[in-house]
Amino acid sequence: MATAYEYDDATAAAANYDDQAGPQRQDLGYDPNFVPDSVKSFVVHLYRHIREKNVYEIHQMYETSFQTLSERLFKETPWPSVDAVAHYVDNDHVFCLLYREMWFRHLYARLSPTLKQRIDSWDNYCSLFQVVLHGVVNMQLPNQWLWDMVDEFVYQFQSFCQYRAKMKTKTEQEIALLRQHDQAWNVYGVLNFLQALVEKSMIIQILEQEKEGLEQFTYTDGYDYNGGSNVLKVLGYFSMVGLLRVHCLLGDYHTGLKCLLPIDISQQGVYTSVIGSHITTIYHYGFANLMLRRYVDAIREFNKILLYIYKTKQYHQKSPQYEQILKKNEQMYALLAICLSLCPQVKLVEETVNSQLREKYGEKMIRMQRYDDEAFAIYDELFSYACPKFITPSAPSFEEPLVNYNQDAYRLQLKLFLYEVKQQQLLSGVRTFLKVYSTISLAKLANYMEVDEPTLRTILMTYKHKTHAVDSEGKIISNADVDFYIDDDMIHVIESKPLKRYGDYFLRQIVKLEGVINDMDRIKLD
Amino acid sequence: MGRERDAQKPQQQQQQQQQQQQVSFTVEQLVAVNPYNPDILPDLENYVNEQVSSQTYSLDANLCLLRLYQFEPERLSTQIVARILVKALMAMPAPDFSLCLFLIPERVQMEEQFKTLIVLSHYLETGRFCQFWDEAAKSRHIVEAVPGFELAIQSYAIHLLSLTYQKVPRSVLAEAINIEGLSLDKFLEQQITNCGWSVEKGHVKGQLIVLPSNEFNHPELKKNTADSIPLEHITRIFPILG
Repeated sequence: MATAYEYDDATAAAANYDDQAGPQRQDLGYDPNFVPDSVKSFVVHLYRHIREKNVYEIHQMYETSFQTLSERLFKETPWPSVDAVAHYVDNDHVFCLLYREMWFRHLYARLSPTLKQRIDSWDNYCSLFQVVLHGVVNMQLPNQWLWDMVDEFVYQFQSFCQYRAKMKTKTEQEIALLRQHDQAWNVYGVLNFLQALVEKSMIIQILEQEKEGLEQFTYTDGYDYNGGSNVLKVLGYFSMVGLLRVHCLLGDYHTGLKCLLPIDISQQGVYTSVIGSHITTIYHYGFANLMLRRYVDAIREFNKILLYIYKTKQYHQKSPQYEQILKKNEQMYALLAICLSLCPQVKLVEETVNSQLREKYGEKMIRMQRYDDEAFAIYDELFSYACPKFITPSAPSFEEPLVNYNQDAYRLQLKLFLYEVKQQQLLSGVRTFLKVYSTISLAKLANYMEVDEPTLRTILMTYKHKTHAVDSEGKIISNADVDFYIDDDMIHVIESKPLKRYGDYFLRQIVKLEGVINDMDRIKLD
Repeated sequence: MGRERDAQKPQQQQQQQQQQQQVSFTVEQLVAVNPYNPDILPDLENYVNEQVSSQTYSLDANLCLLRLYQFEPERLSTQIVARILVKALMAMPAPDFSLCLFLIPERVQMEEQFKTLIVLSHYLETGRFCQFWDEAAKSRHIVEAVPGFELAIQSYAIHLLSLTYQKVPRSVLAEAINIEGLSLDKFLEQQITNCGWSVEKGHVKGQLIVLPSNEFNHPELKKNTADSIPLEHITRIFPILG
């Protein structure tokens, strides 16, 4: 199970982000101009494959060769600088931007970026996205790479906000640099780039038209088989997930879900073509629904993805995303535990997922449903472990005494979440009684619960309110596992009948029988 | 009663409404097309005031404004934020109030008027209408600034009662919607005529109000959607059936 409950930057991705350590680790014998032969070969081949649109080979080099070389030669240093390799690739402007994008990603993963490097990385993303937005790019890149670009872009933004908010230990030079480059990783810039990619790619219209059979996008996994480029379209597509993520980081769950709306998550799509994208999408979707009190929606999606990860994680053991997959897996179990404690609809959860859940959080879930002080501590712990790394998007005021405010956003979300949990405190008591009785008078139940009748009436109305969520279209949907109605002063418990799905069963059997008959027809008897 | 007033100057009112409609159209467009833009902040603030005066509501526009306040805290207007929160309260049972709080910095939430609004929200979330109306009476300056507030909360109260009760005692209804005596009688008359309510004699004391049946207070009305099959699935077996 997970260890670190402290809300800290330090457990991000696969490495440590100890900004206090500063840049000294990077200087250990690093010569940016030294290009080993293997790197020369790497860039030359990658450049050729990109020019020739050999997507499969690009993917191999990007996923495997880059990682192997990083592991072997650049474990603790950056790759050679782009200037050193540029002449091997005809000084191609776009290739250099792509190389630098990988260069910075490697730096963030293995080392601690300096402020200057953070700013340079921002500049690189600006140039890269502007080239793509101007529509002059004629490449086909693997979805994995395009997803990583968007994912990393948002990640570096989040990392920058966290870094910037720790004002206490900033040196004078750092403060001067921050003031000078106030456009770098500016929240408007980040959001507007993602929005521009969505708009310029026309991806929303493409997905709409696809439903009517007028476009092929999902069918080809986003790739363009007509000689064109998939880059803008797929970046636009993944930017919708990027926007969901940024909005969650800001605490705007409603708008985040709105940004994701064009993607139908009840189906496979381009978002499932890359496991990182699939997990990120569902994680944020689930979290947003949790905060919106749509517990059933969250439980359903967490259940599906956790089952999927359980079945497929073995295939990703060698991949560089493996650790991230495992981390998100654990976080989503924690979120599922929270959802099920607030909304005990256990029949929505698959057997495999349920048994994993019991193993990891069985004890804690029992204690959470007691709603005493210990319970709130556990809600706090799980939320803090599993929540996104909320950010304060505004620039710091450089005048005041320098303080660290990187935890402010998280603290607010946690506080409001626990406030909601507290409001639901009395509901589990009601549930227990409702499960036992088919009818019970208000007077009797009030007596058992040791409250007066008027208070009981309010508790029952709270139960109704909290278990009936408002969905995205304004409709009321019931999340209640146990329900009731009141007739004057009598509570009638509504028995939930087990749902028998005859329709599906018959459909399957009809198809099966047809298959058997067809097989029999094919047998020739002499 | 109010009929004489409405008959006066209908043309002017219509013109005003049309102009307002044009402005709201533009703001909604802005929010949809160009939301991450600091220049639209004044438009969004005006739109909040317009929502208040014309008794309309737009969650998207208000969230957009709260986000901009997040990006540039020095431009935050507590008066506008308070109005947004009151409007959000009026949108209950939708969780809009919480959605707005997620975007408002903690130190702003510590201010007196916001603490009051949070308390009011708490009472509504936990069905404590008696305490709610008491507190609202003490905070007239906040809630009377927004027309339609009382009606919206009464509407939420009725919604909650309709989820919970088939038949509700008159006293419980009275407390929930803060109407008593003759006014309550009049109100009940309206509801009986227009909304399908009816009244019975309670077996202990007073009246019992019979609320309209819905799937939440009448379980037999709950549509069993679990067994409904989408048409696409059926089309798959057409070749077999045909």
